[in-house]
Order: sequence, then structure tokens, then C-alpha cells
Amino acid sequence: MTEQTPLLGGQVVISKPALQQLFDALRTAGYSLIGPTVREDAIVYDEIAQLTDIPIGWADEQAPGTYRLRRRDDQAHFGFVVGPHSWKRYLSPPSLRLFATRRTGDGFSVETSNDPPPRYAFIGVRACDLVAIAVQDRVFVEGPVQEPHYKARRERAFVLAVNCTEPGGTCFCASMRTGPRCSSGFDLALTELDDAFLCEVGSALGAQMLSAVEWRPAGAFELSRARQAMADALTRMGRGLNTHNLPELLYDNLEHPHWANVAERCLSCANCTMVCPTCFCSDVQETSDLVGETAARVRVWDSCFNREFSYVFGGHLRPNTRARYRQWLTHKLASWTDQYGVLGCVGCGRCITWCPVGIDLTQELAAIRGEGQL
Amino acid sequence: MNSTLAKGHWSPATGHPMVPQPAVITHVQPEAHGVMTYTLGFRDPAVGEAYRFHPGQFNMLYLPGIGEAAISISSDPAEPAALRHTVRIAGNVTQAISRMEAGGVIGVRGPYGNSWPVDRAVGNDLIIVAGGIGLAPLRPVIYHVLRHRADYGKVTILNGARLPADLLYPQEYDDWRSHDIEVVVTVDRADETWKGRVGVVPILFYALRPDPKRTTVFTCGPEIMMHFVVYEALARRVPKDRIYLSLERNMKCAVAFCGRCQYGPTFLCKDGPVLSYDRIEPFFTVEEF
Amino acid sequence: MADAVEIAYFVEARRQVLPGPYDVTLVEGSITTEEEIERIKEVRRQSGLLVTIGACATSGGIQALRNWADVGEFTRTVYASPEYIHTLDRSRPVSDFVPVDFELRGCPISKQQLVDLVTSLLIGRKPSVPEHAVCNECKRHGTVCVMVAQGIPCLGPATQAGCGAICPAYNRGCYGCFGPMELPNPAALGARFIAMGQTARDVSRAFRSFNGYSAAFRAASEQFEKDAIPR
Repeated sequence: MTEQTPLLGGQVVISKPALQQLFDALRTAGYSLIGPTVREDAIVYDEIAQLTDIPIGWADEQAPGTYRLRRRDDQAHFGFVVGPHSWKRYLSPPSLRLFATRRTGDGFSVETSNDPPPRYAFIGVRACDLVAIAVQDRVFVEGPVQEPHYKARRERAFVLAVNCTEPGGTCFCASMRTGPRCSSGFDLALTELDDAFLCEVGSALGAQMLSAVEWRPAGAFELSRARQAMADALTRMGRGLNTHNLPELLYDNLEHPHWANVAERCLSCANCTMVCPTCFCSDVQETSDLVGETAARVRVWDSCFNREFSYVFGGHLRPNTRARYRQWLTHKLASWTDQYGVLGCVGCGRCITWCPVGIDLTQELAAIRGEGQL
Repeated sequence: MNSTLAKGHWSPATGHPMVPQPAVITHVQPEAHGVMTYTLGFRDPAVGEAYRFHPGQFNMLYLPGIGEAAISISSDPAEPAALRHTVRIAGNVTQAISRMEAGGVIGVRGPYGNSWPVDRAVGNDLIIVAGGIGLAPLRPVIYHVLRHRADYGKVTILNGARLPADLLYPQEYDDWRSHDIEVVVTVDRADETWKGRVGVVPILFYALRPDPKRTTVFTCGPEIMMHFVVYEALARRVPKDRIYLSLERNMKCAVAFCGRCQYGPTFLCKDGPVLSYDRIEPFFTVEEF
Repeated sequence: MADAVEIAYFVEARRQVLPGPYDVTLVEGSITTEEEIERIKEVRRQSGLLVTIGACATSGGIQALRNWADVGEFTRTVYASPEYIHTLDRSRPVSDFVPVDFELRGCPISKQQLVDLVTSLLIGRKPSVPEHAVCNECKRHGTVCVMVAQGIPCLGPATQAGCGAICPAYNRGCYGCFGPMELPNPAALGARFIAMGQTARDVSRAFRSFNGYSAAFRAASEQFEKDAIPR
């Protein structure tokens, strides 16, 4: 074990097997480790315990509407990009009981859970997803009202980030300026080199956790290799998106004929919104026993692609797919800026890969812009 | 950003910003067919004493086992202890509320949203245009004007309903008129009792010659009605930023988490429901927006 | 539930039959005979709320496959004495004959939805029966999309949620047991199946199952059937 604690902002080198020591230290500190693992022919985020649980030697090949795992010819530990899950599954779960009510003699009482919120260590968070988490922070904790469930999970989470050196086929973080390098929002950030990890210390907590891990200071050669790998990654993005004048472009084209063109292909199935790491819309449902003695408010993920979402007394405001897709893209790339000061898209490419019919927002936007035809 | 939201009147001890406070129905006033006004008092006196609202704001009303609905406050902001909501039966929550009597308990959380800019309108002539239940969120403005009559110039209320029996608060019109407020009423369809005007609300504008330099319009009603109100107001050169509309969208949370009330750059639960026409013009005529 | 609800007519479970009228009637099964047409009209007259449950009652069921065939030929093939079989030439949903207040989809229906429906009727709440696509359920569960990750054709993006997205969780595509979602786009989904290597005939058959006679799936299956005929 190394005696001293590495400096905040400093870079150290740890061997690949030493990552297990970090996992152990996190578990000892009370964290549940959530990280990438192979399941159902994809790399998902799930509970992991051992280094061998992560997809060592696996890669993912992604294109609009398709995702395939393949064996790599090396033993890269993070030689893949993002899959169908995102961290919002853990920070803002798909279904969450907000509180319960119980009928009393003179009305009702409210019962909130006393269970301590989970303490997650997120393993392998990519740069785009760090930005996505920061975007959801603006929704749930940086606005006028704080969402306590999200806040508790978020504050207790440990983030082990990973810089991307091999972008995927639907990635466009370079366009969105969200990656491939993790710039903030992590406790530790790894860059995978051939035989070791370069590890950047992003917080005092990160430094503290590293004290249980064998490390050595990074050499100039390793630093330059990591820099070079990320510079190369910037040039190998699978997709690109022109962000120039985005809000104006969309606000000015609400009646563009291309929306109807998308509607012919779009299934209105909500997959894009469900896989999107920033989409946060929800429904709040009432559940109860048969007589309403006890009831609960349950929040579930919802989508602007679902008709019920736009229900008002007398009808649905967006009965057609044309309006729903327009609503989604205009929110992501225009009104999000008005609401949160940032774009709602981080360039992770999930909505492109996981659209069952492969609708690609970068192409749809280009068509709206009048650049290139489908 | 609305400061009333940030302060919130619930205590952190209740856990979640969406936790309602129990309130007792102290009075039920039938208003029209399928419309009733409920006077509520918070069961926790401390909550009741701290509760304040501005004209145009709304509460989320909750019934355990049934669900929650956003309902405008229709009472006098100067008397927050006599909190009233005028409820039209529309969905299951309002249906269930309509079966309740005095003594029943309803969950209340709020107030939410921004308000009619009664301060900005000081010194102006006011034209208040309401259709159907749309008069409910405007009644707090009227009460405010009654208490501060000298702050405003000519005040005109244009009010309409489908049928004479659907008109809200008819028993109050004489009081309003006694405060030098012109109250003009119309119905879409008359019956044998009706001696007044027949026709949709926007035509009441035809007789008005507002001074564009000192007129503010507040309107709430069916969106189609508001389209014509805006048209008539603009035709009389009322500036776009002096025409205020209260918009309605689905709301599940009222605290900008659920995303349903998004309207272009705004969330109606916190940036609305009251928006000036200059802010919504790019979207107002877009179909299925 | 037995305390809160009095079961008046359920011959499979109870011998006692109470006379109508009934607050709520749950109707299973499609309409396939003249007698059933008259009977469902009487049921409608006796019922405050008429709820059809299951793919047969809501869209004609799997037996509606005969709607594309010669029913006489079927009876001659299947029955030893076809002259005793009296049936309409089409199997049709209840809603073709009487107004229906609410539908519980599925083959089979979801027990949870049935309990929620009865609870909601008792309490006066809106039943939480979603009308959106099955994909919502897969994604909430964390099930990986079988279509995208494995190239398995899946009717989930065109099918109404409610089953709990069981099939994709077992590496199978959705069979469409809950019928069309509120705004299905079977043409685009079918075109994708073809791009993935299926034939138009495969696609036609995929849409023509338990809910094949529902308007949206029926139109899709007929269109892809037409596409399958070589020109």
C-alpha cells in the first residue's frame, strides 16, 4: 500500500488488477457497486462485486437501430461505450413510491419512508453521462424545488468515471462538447492504457478511496499517451450534430414539413426518451387497497411520446406522432436551453441505437436545417 | 422563477414537496351545473397562518385513493384563511370532490405558479375576459381590484358561459358594478329566462375602444376563446406584453419535475400559468403544440 | 375483494345466479353466433358498466383467423358432423354489436389490471390501464431490447402495454397479446422486420394473431399480405 494520499487533481497510475482493491475499498465503505456488466446480449448497468463482473474483453458495435456485442482481441476493461441503461435508473428510478397516505378518523396521515437512501458507487461513468447527470441535477436539485429522493441518492453517490478512447458508432459527444474526456463531476476518472489505468483524482473522497489502492505517480509518457488517445477519439466520432443556432432553428421550424416525414417512420414507442440519460418526464399514479384505506403516490417514467402525457380535459393535445416527435426534439435541443441554460442532449447516441427503427436525430436535425437529404 | 415556490409552506419534516396538507371543507357553495365552490381551512393552524397566495395561483387538491388535480384558487388573496376553489367536474378527482360535503378532508399543496400582474397593471384600464370556469382564477383579481379600486382606471369584465345556468358568481355582479366596474355578460345559447346578450365572449370586444397606451387585458377560458380575445385585443392595438393569458396543461407534480406542463420555453406550473402574449406568440397558433 | 363485490353471475365459479340489473358486467369471448348477438344486447341492457376482457372480447380473438378464410371449409375439416355447427362467418369483438365502456386487453388479461379495474370502480378512480407501447415496460424493467440487441422481430413497439413485457424478458419478441397501442405504426414496424430479413408474408402473419382482427393489426396484416404476392 502506498502511504501518502494522492493530490486532488493529480494523476496516478494503477495496475488493472488494482481496480479490484478500489472496488473492495468502496464496498467496505458501504457502497453498492453499480457498473457495466454483460446481460441479455448487451452491456447494462447492474450490481457488480468483482472486477471480473465487468465486460473485460468485450466491445459493442452500434448503429441506428442495432447493437451487437463482440469479443475484442484484447483484454480491455472498458473497451465499449454506453448501453441501453443510464444512471438515471439509479438516481431517478423508473418506479418510485414517493409517500403513502392512511385514512384516519379526521382525514388522512402521511407516511414517508424511513429507509436510508441507497449509497451507490457508479463504476465506469462516461463523460457524456457525467454531463447528463449534471443536467438532471438542474432539474431535480438546482431548481426552485428539490426532489429529495434524487438529492439523497445523488449526494451519497461515488462516481468512478472512465474517459472514452474508442467512441461508438452512434456517439457524437465531440459535437455536444461533452466528451470524450471527463472534465468534472467525478471522484476518480480512469483512462485505460494498454497495461494500466491512468487515474485522475477529482475529489477528496476519491483521493481517500485511492489510499486503499496501490498506485504510483503518473509519468510524462503515460500522460501523453492518455492525451493522445482522447485526441484521437475526438476524430473518430460515429456521428456529428451541428449545434449552431439550435434553439432558433427549431423554434423557427415548428411547421417544417420534415416533421411529417419523421412521423411516417416513428413508432411513438417512447424508447428514445426511456434510454435518454437526461429525459426526466414522469407520471404520478395513485395506488390503493380495495377501499382506499391506504394509498400511495407512485412516480413512474413517462414519455412525451405517450398520448396520456398530453391529456387535458376534453382531449389530447398531441394526438399525432408528428407533434410528439417535434415536442421531444424541440425540448431537447431548444427549450431545454431556456429552462436549464444547457442543451438536453449530451451526444451519447442512445436514442439512435435503441430506436427500433433506427431514427437518427442527427440526420433529422440536418434535414430540418436543410443540410443533406434522407 | 417564482419565489413562492422556493419558500413553500410545507415543512421539510413532511418529507417530500409533493406531500399535501390536510384541509377541512368548511363550506360548499353550488355555483352552476356541475360546478361548486369549496371553502377550505388547513387542519394545522400553523400551516393556515403561513399560507398566502397571489391572484391566479393554483393548488393541487388530493384525495387519498383517487388522485390529485390542479385547481385555481378563486378567493380573495387578502383573506387567505378563507381559501376557496371553484371546481368543475371534469375528471375523477373533481368527480370525487363533488361528492364531498362540509367536514370532509382534502389534501392541499401549493400555492403554485405565477400570478396575474396586478401590480404592473396599476394605473391601467383593465379588461378582464373570462369564459366558463375561466372566471374562477380571475375572481381573485376582481377582489384585488375591489380593495384597490383607485389604483386602476376603467375596469371592464367581459364574461360568458355556454348557458345562463352556467354563469359563475352571478350574485356578485351587482357588488362589482357598485365599485364602478362594468360587467358585461353573454351566453352562447339563451333560454326562456335570459334577457341579456347572446353570442361568444370575444364579440363583447366590438363595443370597446380601449386606450392602447394604458390598457391591460387578462383572459382565461377555453383556448379557442383566448385566440379570439387576443385577436380582438391586438386589433385594438393593445400591446402584446399587456395581454395576459392563463394557459392550461396537464400537471402531475406542479413543481417542474413531471414535464407535462411544458409550453415551449416554460413550465406552466412555475413560469405560468399566466403568460403575456409576447412570450407565447410563436407557439400559440402552432397546431398540436 | 369478495367482501366488497357481490358476484352475481359467474357459472364457472359459482352455482348461484342473481338476476340483473348489474352494476358492472365483465364479458369474455367474441361474438360468433346469432344467439350471442342477441345475448350481448340483453347483457348490455342489464349492465350499468360493460367491460370487455381479453383479446376475444376486445378484438375477436385467435378464432378471428377464420375471418380471412372459408368458415364452412373449417367446420367440414374439424367436425365429424358439421351440419350441427351454426356459426357466423366472422368472429367479431363485442364492441361491433353494443357500446363498450371499458376494455381490458390481453390473452390472457393481466390479473393486476383486473384488480386495479375493480378497485378503481369501487373507489371512483381512473383505472391505471396504460394505452402506450409495451416498450415503456421493458425500459422501466431494464429489459434489453431484443429487436435492437438481437435482431428478434418484436411487436412491442406497436402493442399496448399491460402484460408486464414478459416475452422480451425471456428473449422473445412480443406477440402482440394486448393488441394495438393507442397510436400504432405497424407499417413502419413491419418494414423494419423486412429490413431485418423477414418476408412480407412473415410480417402479415405476425400481426394476424390473438388481436389480428383489431383495426390496426388487421389493416397491417392485409397490407403485408398484399405485398407478399409477387407482381
